[in-house]
Amino acid sequence: MKKRILSILLIAAIGASILGCGNSKSSTNDISAKAEGEGGKTIELTNVSYDPTRELYAAYNELFEKHYKEEFGDTVEVTQSHGGSGKQALEVANGLEADVVTLALEGDVQVVADAGLIDDGFTSEFDLDSSPYTSTIVFLVRSGNPKNIKDWNDLIRDDVGVITPNPKTSGGAMWNYLAAWYYFEQQGQSESDILDSIKKLYSNVVVLDSGARGATTSFVENKQGDVLIAWENEAFLSLKEYPGEYEIVVPSVSILCQPTVAVVDEVAKKHETQDVAKEYLSYLYSDEAQEIEAENFYRPSTKEIYNEYVSSENSDTITKIPEDGKWINDKITLTDINHFGGWKKARATHFADGANFDSIYEE
Amino acid sequence: MNKKKRIIPGFGISMGITISILSIVVLIPLSSLVIFSAKLSFSEFIYTVTRPRVLSGYFVSISTSFIASLINVFMGLALAWVLVRYDFKGKRFIDGIIELPFALPTAVAGISLTHLTTTNGWVGQIFYKLFGIKIAYTRIGITIALIFIGIPFVVRSVQPVLEKIDIKYEEAAFILGADSKTTFLKVIFPEILPAIISGFTLAFARSIGEYGSVVFIAGNTPYETEIAPLLIMSELQEFDYSAATSIALVMLAISVVILSVNALAQGIVSKRVNGKI
Amino acid sequence: MNLRKENKALKYFLIIISFIFLGVFLILPLIYIIITALKNGVAAYVNAISDEYAIKAALLTLEATLIAVVVNTIFGVFAAWLITKYTFRGKKILSTFIDLPVTVSPIIAGLIYVLTFGRQSSLFPILDSYGIQIIFAVPGIVLATIFVTFPFISRELIPVLTSQGTDEEEAAALMGAGLFKIFKKVTFPNVKWALLYGIVLCTARSIGEFGAVSVLSGHLRGKTNTLPLYIELLYQGYDFTGAFAASSILVIFAVVVLVLRLVIEKRGEKNLDIKK
Repeated sequence: MKKRILSILLIAAIGASILGCGNSKSSTNDISAKAEGEGGKTIELTNVSYDPTRELYAAYNELFEKHYKEEFGDTVEVTQSHGGSGKQALEVANGLEADVVTLALEGDVQVVADAGLIDDGFTSEFDLDSSPYTSTIVFLVRSGNPKNIKDWNDLIRDDVGVITPNPKTSGGAMWNYLAAWYYFEQQGQSESDILDSIKKLYSNVVVLDSGARGATTSFVENKQGDVLIAWENEAFLSLKEYPGEYEIVVPSVSILCQPTVAVVDEVAKKHETQDVAKEYLSYLYSDEAQEIEAENFYRPSTKEIYNEYVSSENSDTITKIPEDGKWINDKITLTDINHFGGWKKARATHFADGANFDSIYEE
Repeated sequence: MNKKKRIIPGFGISMGITISILSIVVLIPLSSLVIFSAKLSFSEFIYTVTRPRVLSGYFVSISTSFIASLINVFMGLALAWVLVRYDFKGKRFIDGIIELPFALPTAVAGISLTHLTTTNGWVGQIFYKLFGIKIAYTRIGITIALIFIGIPFVVRSVQPVLEKIDIKYEEAAFILGADSKTTFLKVIFPEILPAIISGFTLAFARSIGEYGSVVFIAGNTPYETEIAPLLIMSELQEFDYSAATSIALVMLAISVVILSVNALAQGIVSKRVNGKI
Repeated sequence: MNLRKENKALKYFLIIISFIFLGVFLILPLIYIIITALKNGVAAYVNAISDEYAIKAALLTLEATLIAVVVNTIFGVFAAWLITKYTFRGKKILSTFIDLPVTVSPIIAGLIYVLTFGRQSSLFPILDSYGIQIIFAVPGIVLATIFVTFPFISRELIPVLTSQGTDEEEAAALMGAGLFKIFKKVTFPNVKWALLYGIVLCTARSIGEFGAVSVLSGHLRGKTNTLPLYIELLYQGYDFTGAFAASSILVIFAVVVLVLRLVIEKRGEKNLDIKK
């Protein structure tokens, strides 16, 4: 008995140490295999993206792999990583070897650039500030809109429970916050009034999740709150996943969200994947890719395709995914980040330690 | 001291292996935490770790952990007692599943506990409808999650000690006329007290640092249900390394204090017990 | 036999309380997981757990667990031996450091490795020039797993070794036995159950580690996603059935480990009885 236990332990030890060695070897091999591209046959590409793009990139990668095979004869294998945009940016800056990043906002890509991994001028590397698709912020409410929520000022009513993630940790939540700010600004409120309104809005927040997906889950699955402030694509996805249970309410004003893409130059150089990486991102602007983006409820940047998806009704309340697939509400007034002086300024004024967002939680 | 030669061979190799693995896994990484927070000046450091929101984070973590660990002491004691002293059907089964909270990923535990305790969950709706109590997304929810992860610590600390207590002492006490309450308090309790303390401190320390299960059930509202480990995460996501490491350092100091208090308490208790006998 | 009058009411009260407590806190979540996993039928369940990425994640989890258990067993045995069989300076500090990882938040555990091996660390260029990647790769996951379970085995061994004292080993040493012979013939038979329990704890905790691994993994699907991370990914992708199906794999792992322990222990007890 003793002997048996001892020998089992011994075998386990030897086995694991072999595994351990084999493993550390294979992980270094991975990198070199990527760099060599195995004689131009299989190229590995890592795309680090944010939370809601899972479905989009699952579809796009398939399209791109086919396109690359046809065009260049090589097989591309794309590895995806998803998470909160800020966290993802930080991990790339810390050494997560991403060939490309496709994040929720320019500010997060800037973090990677600040770490010295992306060359300057990444916003002009691809068309339209390197945003192949855009989105906006809308409300998701429960079927029949029981609390009769129409616009941003309904969110500061006493009887409304709001779900939005924490702008400190979530890219989408920063857009939510800024869109709300813009609305109250449009109402002609002074800065201190706007701050009061925002404070009221956040005091109505029932669950302050750390990411957009977590917030959606709290609202949709755990039935918290009366309204979810959400990415338009997330809201439509909820309509699709839970038909008949939710409605989208389009507010009078919102913000144009520009997710930013970039090649992580240093990593791509190391892996010798610069060309594939560049092709991967520029192909996002192709008609085929734009169609996929529109099908996944991102607003395409190509005008013709955008127009194909513009809804004829432009209704403020969307109860189901339109049968003709035309889902874009073109009527909504959108501001953009330039209104807030760009990301650097917006971050400093609103989201930095001790800035506006922190002040609304102080007693 | 050293005159007494080490008779058993192998001191060198044991020391060597222990120190080198310890250094690679624990010491070197921990020292980088200190190095990074040293990038702040002392006053900046103090400011960072005493901001109201950070203080409230410590408070939420410590208070919920304390209550959860206290509940675990009573439940853990009851469980250990039942497992050692009584025979009944399903005893082996209970004994076997005590470690389950170790094995179940904290995230999975968090997700399922949240689903169970929201106002429309299996358990949550009962409490909500009958008493108007919300569990998920409140401090009660956090406490529930921490009870879950802490229970094995207390049971497994107390159980072996309880097993060793010779039943003769109790019988002697009984013959001498002590009732069962007195027997428990005077004979058994002092014996298991060190084990209870160490179970409590371990559960407490583990709870303070818990992240995976709590983030799902907490609701993460600042000043209400935002725990200290989450603050570290959000500082990281704001790219503020020195703030994150500073808060981490304070939490590490709390861990060290808890461990030391435990060691101290063990010393005092064992002295008192031995002194009496 | 038992001289004390057993308080029947107290006995049943305690037993019932224990069952209710464990039922609500441990069994109910398990039942919930299994019911949700099977909500869409067995076919969907099988489909979910045979997914390519699910299998890769499960293998990675097993690999990290195996390595962590082996490293910690080696460490735990030597550390416990060192602390209980010799006297030397700094023993208290050493054992405090060994215990420290249990009380460190998993988030901090992940963070310290990011600080030590990440791009901003001074170690990074050296490692990078050899093409070694630690964080956001498998070695980082293994390290994190080792860290969170670090003292589990030594903690189980130390009390047993302490109560055994050093007389037997010293006698063996005086008779000329070497280190490994002493350990094998004298010490090991006394500590094997403690060692086994330590290994069980270590395995169980390694399988489920989430926080520290989450900080270090980079979440590369099919490469650095462990099973707990994969579950989170599915959960956030609205695939609740898939998430709970994958969770059930972990539940099965855990139950197998715990049952295995009971079986081996029972067999051990029987052997003892026969000897007696």
